[in-house]
Amino acid sequence: MAKIVTQDLKLWYGNFQALKSVNASFEAQMITAIIGPSGCGKSTLLRVLNRMNDLTEGVRTEGQVLVDGNNILGDGADLVTLRKKVGMVFQRPNPFPLSIYENIAFGERIHTGRVKRDVMDEIVERGLKSVLLWDELKDKLKSSAMSLSLEQKQRLCIARLIAVKPDVLLMDEPCSTLDPQATARIEELMYELKRDYTIIIVTHSMQQAARISDDTGFMLLGELVEFGKTKDIFTAPKDKRTEDYITGRYG
Amino acid sequence: MERHFDEELRDLHQDIIKMGTFAEEAIARSVEALRAQDKVLAQSVIDQDVRVDDLEIIIDEKCLDLIARHQPMARDLRFIATGMRLNAELERIADLAVDISERVLDIADKPLIKPLVDIPRLSVIAQKMVKTAIDSFINRDGELAKGVILMDSEADTLKRNIEHEVVHGYIVKDGSVAPRAVPLILISRHLERICDHATNIAEDVVYMVKGEVVKHHPERL
Repeated sequence: MAKIVTQDLKLWYGNFQALKSVNASFEAQMITAIIGPSGCGKSTLLRVLNRMNDLTEGVRTEGQVLVDGNNILGDGADLVTLRKKVGMVFQRPNPFPLSIYENIAFGERIHTGRVKRDVMDEIVERGLKSVLLWDELKDKLKSSAMSLSLEQKQRLCIARLIAVKPDVLLMDEPCSTLDPQATARIEELMYELKRDYTIIIVTHSMQQAARISDDTGFMLLGELVEFGKTKDIFTAPKDKRTEDYITGRYG
Repeated sequence: MERHFDEELRDLHQDIIKMGTFAEEAIARSVEALRAQDKVLAQSVIDQDVRVDDLEIIIDEKCLDLIARHQPMARDLRFIATGMRLNAELERIADLAVDISERVLDIADKPLIKPLVDIPRLSVIAQKMVKTAIDSFINRDGELAKGVILMDSEADTLKRNIEHEVVHGYIVKDGSVAPRAVPLILISRHLERICDHATNIAEDVVYMVKGEVVKHHPERL
């Protein structure tokens, strides 16, 4: 079942058209990878899915982005609810300069206000367990999140998102700063998380897209050239541009 | 954009063509040995099979090496995967040429029970199918490959005719001819199996070129 659908989605930064009539369907409880060369519009597409682009000056959109059937680009869209429902993990892990505990508790405090200590303890424990950090960190919850390794920070950021119970996790190059072992562990985590979440990942690594995603979209110059099952895209793509890119012949 | 990888793929392509040439030669020589009842020629097919075995290992290693180092995708992946399968098919074809040659050694000193008519016909089809299948790989020609697949039924029919004729026309009537008759049945089976391997190659080539799986799906031809 489609969780997010884009219909004839166009986006401009000033006079520059970054997305050209993108029609895509992101399935629930699946990982969808968006690949393409730098500047192709893949991060723009990701960011429009929870309206992060609103923060950029001169952005204009046309078309629709339906999340659970509701157009989030419409005037009445509630951005706080949207960003709770559709969370984003960034390229560089960006924990708050707070304790590990407070990083997870932060979202709940914002969205719910005052929360009883034992309820919050449970939220923090559940969040850290969901990203397999609990056993490592349960005895140093008061330590600064800034003292963690890059991989732990990225896991913590994912836990921080999960704590506010989103439906969709957007991931923009979440492993680009990690070594191969840490990357493998984050990928395993993503595989675990897809049971409960819709995951959309932008990645420069075609091997990563091939390894972890169920569906893959290839973008070029703002156009979604091809979208389909990952196994088809990486074995027998239909569009020559896709084939040239994934076989390294592009350019 | 030319990639360093392309050079390695071309090298693999050349090796597979060489493997195909060895297999074609082995069939041609075994069939000629049968026609001429030539034991020396038959023995040479058996002796030269080691070339095919050695090359099979080299090609397999190259394919694995390319996969490990380049993690190929799309048409590169299909080419290497097909190369590995073709390698195995061609090695089996060469083995079947050895089997035919061994049957020739069994019967070469004895008079034939009958003039050979359908076996030469079947051998012509087998050679044509193998040659065309290899050509379709060399030229990345999916349509030529599909033509090979369609030839296989004729080979099946000829093999059945040969078996029926030899069993009912000779062995049933006079059991003493069995030592000279059974090798002919086996040779027809070996030739028919060669056609099956050529069909497999052609199916793999269709996949390599078009990304379509036609194996076990004749309706897609």
